[in-house]
Amino acid sequence: MKKLINDPADVISDALHGFAAAHPELRVDFENRVVVRGDAPVRGKVGLVSGGGSGHEPLHGGFVGPGMLDAACAGEVFTSPVPDQMVAATRAVDGGAGVLHIVKNYTGDIMNFELAAELVAAEQGTEVVSVVVDDDVAVQDSLYTAGRRGVGATVLVEKIAGAAAEQGRPLAGVADVARKVNSSARSMGLALTSCTVPAAGRPTFDLPGDEMEVGIGIHGEPGRRRVPVAPAHEIAEMLVSPILTDLDFTGGDGVIAFVNGMGATPLIELYVMFHEVAQLLAKNGITVARSLVGPYITSLDMAGCSVTLLKADEELLRLWDAPVSTPALRRGV
Amino acid sequence: MDAKALSAWLREFARLVAENKDDLTALDSAIGDGDHGTNMDRGLTAVVAALDAEPPETPSALFKKVGMTLISKVGGAGGPLYGTAFLRMAAAADSVLDGPGFAKVLRAGLDGVVARGKAAPGDKTMLDALVPAVEALDSALAAGASFPAALRDAAAAADRGREATIPLVARKGRASYLGERSAGHADPGATSVTLLLRAAESTLGAAG
Repeated sequence: MKKLINDPADVISDALHGFAAAHPELRVDFENRVVVRGDAPVRGKVGLVSGGGSGHEPLHGGFVGPGMLDAACAGEVFTSPVPDQMVAATRAVDGGAGVLHIVKNYTGDIMNFELAAELVAAEQGTEVVSVVVDDDVAVQDSLYTAGRRGVGATVLVEKIAGAAAEQGRPLAGVADVARKVNSSARSMGLALTSCTVPAAGRPTFDLPGDEMEVGIGIHGEPGRRRVPVAPAHEIAEMLVSPILTDLDFTGGDGVIAFVNGMGATPLIELYVMFHEVAQLLAKNGITVARSLVGPYITSLDMAGCSVTLLKADEELLRLWDAPVSTPALRRGV
Repeated sequence: MDAKALSAWLREFARLVAENKDDLTALDSAIGDGDHGTNMDRGLTAVVAALDAEPPETPSALFKKVGMTLISKVGGAGGPLYGTAFLRMAAAADSVLDGPGFAKVLRAGLDGVVARGKAAPGDKTMLDALVPAVEALDSALAAGASFPAALRDAAAAADRGREATIPLVARKGRASYLGERSAGHADPGATSVTLLLRAAESTLGAAG
């Protein structure tokens, strides 16, 4: 393992100290490992809290700031944060209008956020609503699995719900927008390599040099099947067609197309992929209304990418275009 | 059994988890995300420190402290599942536990895991070891076995339950995303449960 770290046990706290030093406009609660918007709580505004295992940077801490999240909890690498962190984050951002928890559909995240919401409810005073993101078409949803994973759509939910909260919408309204984004978005990912969790010190799974793993989540967990490495246009097909099969993306005002890097894939390859994805969408009569290309929800040093499509209407596009000022996403300010 | 005897059980559980940390993590790497060993070890190290700092005086206070510490330190799925189990055990515990009292407490913990995780036996989770262990404990005691003998039965049942997870296809947790490929590996949660029962056998069973 070759990494720019000190002790593997200190990676999260070392990174949070660096994050705090680089972004003095935010507050970092080192004890609870929570990144908080500098001016939180904003009176009368719904507070947005998300979080999950670390290793997906810039998600979630990089999306804290005006127009997006009010706070993010950082768990250990690929491990859900604990309820104490979420309770601390919820308290820190409660401006009197309630708090929305944005939770990715992973068992640990679901249970820890559930416990946190129970703890907050027991104290009374803060209204908490949770929205679960589950956009990954690689998982066959059925009664017999934990359900679809929350992957790339999380970034879009946080941006769009963040804009709705910034406009002063009430908690129920912000939650509705978040759910609308989730139900209108689908994702599919692929790995060219495994990643290496610092505490483990070796790759999570073995992937031969001439094979790739299709349908991965964001924790280095293997996907649905392995296939020989293919050119970008074939990879785009493998990612886009299950998405189009799952939801009708025609009609509406076009899609927000998001090509995400898993951490070790350079932008040049992501743009190669975006070109292929855009062509496939055009071929299927789908207009790209907005786009996002880059590493926004990663898996440490994994090479690979994911594609997320969001079927947008005028409301969602307006919220997508609204100003945002965070370390990882900034525009219109 | 008083708080001191039960503390010895949980300290032994902590020792076994530390000793088997890498094995638990390797099992979890095969079908999950490879953190069960490090997470449980982090939580149980904190449990031992909390017990050292202020030894609880009643079984109920002990289980509550263990539950809260695990919830606050473990994260992932293991934290809420084990944490909820111990909180439920705290609610069910009398001031001193006899054999049937311990069985009642363990069953309350099991009910907590079911409520929190919404899983059932056969899903390839910790329940596949915990359910047979609780059943074996109950039926041995009902048949008139001594408490140490009943704990031996329970630990053996947990081991068999763990072995039985090997061919199963996971339906809950991170492993469920692997589908058929999750078969062929023991479940890490069921494996840590066998350590909990083995610790009970060697500490509580030996104490009589």
